[in-house]
Amino acid sequence: MSHRLSLTQAFVFLLRRDLLLALRNRAEYAMPLLFFVLVITLFPLALGTSAELLARIAPGIIWVAALLAAMLSLDSIFRSDFDDGSLEQILLSAHPVAVLVLAKVTAHWLVTGVPLLLAAPLLAEMLGMPGEAQPVLLLTILLGTPILSLIGAIGVALTVGLRKGGIILSLLVLPLYVPVLIFAASAIENAASGFDPSAQIYMLMAFLFLSTSLSPWATAAALRMSVS
Amino acid sequence: MFLWFHKLGSPPHFYRIAGKWIPWLTWITVLLLLAGLYGGLIEAPPDYQQGESYRIIFVHVPSAWMSLFIYVVMAVCGAIIIIWRMKLAEVVLISSAPIGASFTFLALVTGSLWGKPMWGTYWVWDARLTSELILLFLYLGVIGLHNAIDDKRTAARAVAILALVGVVNIPIIHYSVEWWHSLHQGPTVTKFDKPSIHWSMLLPLLLMALAFQFYYVLALFHRCRAELLRRERNSKWVEEL
Repeated sequence: MSHRLSLTQAFVFLLRRDLLLALRNRAEYAMPLLFFVLVITLFPLALGTSAELLARIAPGIIWVAALLAAMLSLDSIFRSDFDDGSLEQILLSAHPVAVLVLAKVTAHWLVTGVPLLLAAPLLAEMLGMPGEAQPVLLLTILLGTPILSLIGAIGVALTVGLRKGGIILSLLVLPLYVPVLIFAASAIENAASGFDPSAQIYMLMAFLFLSTSLSPWATAAALRMSVS
Repeated sequence: MFLWFHKLGSPPHFYRIAGKWIPWLTWITVLLLLAGLYGGLIEAPPDYQQGESYRIIFVHVPSAWMSLFIYVVMAVCGAIIIIWRMKLAEVVLISSAPIGASFTFLALVTGSLWGKPMWGTYWVWDARLTSELILLFLYLGVIGLHNAIDDKRTAARAVAILALVGVVNIPIIHYSVEWWHSLHQGPTVTKFDKPSIHWSMLLPLLLMALAFQFYYVLALFHRCRAELLRRERNSKWVEEL
């Protein structure tokens, strides 16, 4: 290419490339969603089908399953790019790596986070979650899953060069997911018991802004470390 | 002053200095520990509510403080590694992680032993206990990541980034007492107007805290010296020892 891309163009270009790759590789990206549904299906089988119990633990089940599904899909953010060398090209580009990382994370969220958002109402209904809690559930997933992708990107960037990165990735990332889990689940709990969940929602928003502004820098630094 | 600092950063120099300090540090640690234990276990009066079993705080509280303090030390080392690529900071970071993990574990164990007579259970899912447990996982993550990467200089950079990311969790732990209503008793030492703990208990507590600090530096020096020898085993100054 002879002409130089502007930063916005580069961002959009990378986003489109990743989404296109995901579209061509549909089966792989459907896995986290299937995993999400499967894990949730296991809970009624293990705990019995008492409607009261299920309705009470539904927020926790859905969020733990979302956490695990997000964990499972994290590796795909940088793995294939690392293997075929395009990650090095991204790091060598003239644009700030943090912004390009943000493009990749956005693509990852669109491909793995949004399907969870679409599947969640169905699963919430199956678990008998009260109707007034469901909009709050969707809101927490909308705010929470991007945080999972952003924090997870740091973990993947740190472990992408390792042969057995999978186990260590969960040890690195899951503890950092805890605040999201706490506030998301307690927001839904509040809404289900008829209280105002806005305090927890604001906390989640704060986490989202914090991780959007800080995580790409850490990810970029970690990628430089992994590729060098 | 700057030159002195600069020299301390060079591995052979640090190795020698640390070796000279270790006997002194050992004595100071032992004396402080004895004084703190005497004050805490024998001198201090029993608590009017908790009786004798409150005495575990003389171990529990200092180790909980240390568990946070060491993580902050690691994060500072992490920043130094990323900015200046200083070898000694890498060694300090890596050597601190197991010590910090042990203090965290000690805080959890003593806390649950104290919880049995006081709360009637070894473990409650209270905010502070949970965050201490998460801190332990963060430490284990640091140790695990360092072990997983073969090239130790790369490993140190990875761990530096991880420590900086994890330090975001420290304020959440610290303020969790105020954020979540919980079983754990509120802070009694750092209240601004007047500490609600009597000086006969506060003094041994502070002595123990100081002893733990010295113990940390002592253990750190031992570990750093071993780590330096392992890393620099092919260099000339190690051969000359």
